Amino acid sequence: MSEMETKIICITCPVGCSLVVTHEDQKVIKVEGNQCRKGIEYAQNELRDPRRMVTTTVKVKGGLHPLVPVYTSAPIPKPLIFELIKKLRGVELEAPVKVGQAILKDFLGTGVDVLAARDLPQVGQKTSETGSG
Amino acid sequence: MSLDRVKPIYDVVVIGSGPGGLGAAIAAKKNGADDVLIIERDNELGGILVQCIHNGFGVEIFKEDLPGPLYAHRFIQEANSLGVEVLSDTMVLDITPLRKITAVGKRAGFVELEARAIVLAMGCRERTRAQIRIPGTRPAGIYTAGTAQRFVNVEGYMPGNRFVILGSGDIGMIMARRLTLEGAKVERVLEIMPFLTGLTRNYVQCLLDYNIPLELRHTVSRILGNYRVEAVEAVEVDENWNPIPGTEEIIPCDTLLLSVGLIPENELSRKAGVILDPNTGGPVVDESMQTSVSGIFAAGNVVHVYDLVDWVTEAGFIAGKSAAKYAVEMKKGISRQVKLVAGANVRYIVPQYLDSESLAESDQRIQLRVVRPIEEKVWVEVTDGEHLITRKLERYVRPGEIVTIKIPKKAYDEVQKADKLVVRVTRS
Repeated sequence: MSEMETKIICITCPVGCSLVVTHEDQKVIKVEGNQCRKGIEYAQNELRDPRRMVTTTVKVKGGLHPLVPVYTSAPIPKPLIFELIKKLRGVELEAPVKVGQAILKDFLGTGVDVLAARDLPQVGQKTSETGSG
Repeated sequence: MSLDRVKPIYDVVVIGSGPGGLGAAIAAKKNGADDVLIIERDNELGGILVQCIHNGFGVEIFKEDLPGPLYAHRFIQEANSLGVEVLSDTMVLDITPLRKITAVGKRAGFVELEARAIVLAMGCRERTRAQIRIPGTRPAGIYTAGTAQRFVNVEGYMPGNRFVILGSGDIGMIMARRLTLEGAKVERVLEIMPFLTGLTRNYVQCLLDYNIPLELRHTVSRILGNYRVEAVEAVEVDENWNPIPGTEEIIPCDTLLLSVGLIPENELSRKAGVILDPNTGGPVVDESMQTSVSGIFAAGNVVHVYDLVDWVTEAGFIAGKSAAKYAVEMKKGISRQVKLVAGANVRYIVPQYLDSESLAESDQRIQLRVVRPIEEKVWVEVTDGEHLITRKLERYVRPGEIVTIKIPKKAYDEVQKADKLVVRVTRS
């Protein structure tokens, strides 16, 4: 197995460093171009097991809006993204929804939960996030 | 705390409740402003963050990677716990240079109020098809990226099935991913510049991850379709943005999204007499975020369009703190000032206010005009409303002749206690 150079862009923060990763298959030998330590970790994960945070919406009955935004509590493996989206498409919640409420627990054994990203009051209910009566 | 009615005067009024407005209201409260009001035209707080469901917010301020609504939630909670008042569903119609605000909405109806300091936090809006002059027909299926974002993420509508996105700004790329996740096909992202205009991380996680092709130096030269978009014609451009003949390509699609820039929203700023910078499209500000009009501050994308929400929040903190300081100093000023009130047969008095501390240094001379002539001896009297402080005998008074009276140094204590000084002219 010989050494290879792969160029990737770190997405950990808005800086977006261009990394040059020297590796043997999935084993990272050297990372260049990173401005912080997160770049090294990102490069390692990106070669071995690329993961992404996923944000989407799920349906809500009787809420201020017909949808509530949700997010994964940690990045999930890239190949599972569409499976998660499909699973969440079948979910329908009842308002009110509380921020941080678990919509889905331990998705496919990854240990990652899907959480509500905001409070969504019932129609006609007053909460901190709305002035709406 | 949401309101159905407002007070006649506030220390700080913030126009808009996006990240800039929330930051300003929070900082105003923390820096000594007593009454802080946010006026918001939507029915909930958070501004554009409500529809920005993607993550990437808060990396600077919280050292966390949060979705937009969660980022907003934290500041909404903080504003609530600090006692910031909110008037939602209400549109501000006018702001005067002396900080009188006129607004209308379904909660409080037509309202007029005053602010000791104002923070403008109206944000920005998207450039439209008309502003970039795309030729072709005018069918349904052409949206700004932000409008499509609102439909998909908040209201639950898909605006189409096959998309072309013009512009590689962050919203455009984020929508390319979002629409793909929702089952649509994004045929192409076109960018007229020779470089990406959004963040590189979004190119990776929104376009590369989903194999969505990006073409730089390309634009839309024509829109096709009568009732609904049927296709767009894409074309390569030279360094002067002129289409290169022979490079036209028809891309079948049913929807075109425009992500072609944001413009600060400053109609109200103009009404308030605030000077705008033609380069930013926003108010000219000093280091405290004060505009060219004293007591009017501005924060966030209304000033210039930021890359990161964290920076908008920080600009809000600065503007809110400055506004609070301005309001508190003004109140101190007024509380030391005693109003001179025109009593019987007095038309007006100058000065209108007396700094009570001024009597520590010297007598203070005030001048007045009477309403009616009295051709006999009269007393010109200064009272605190009940008790006489000083008086002077005049042989006569006439409206055409100014009457002068001194408030003596020895009246210092009485004036300190008074909340007003009433001057009257009566027969002796």
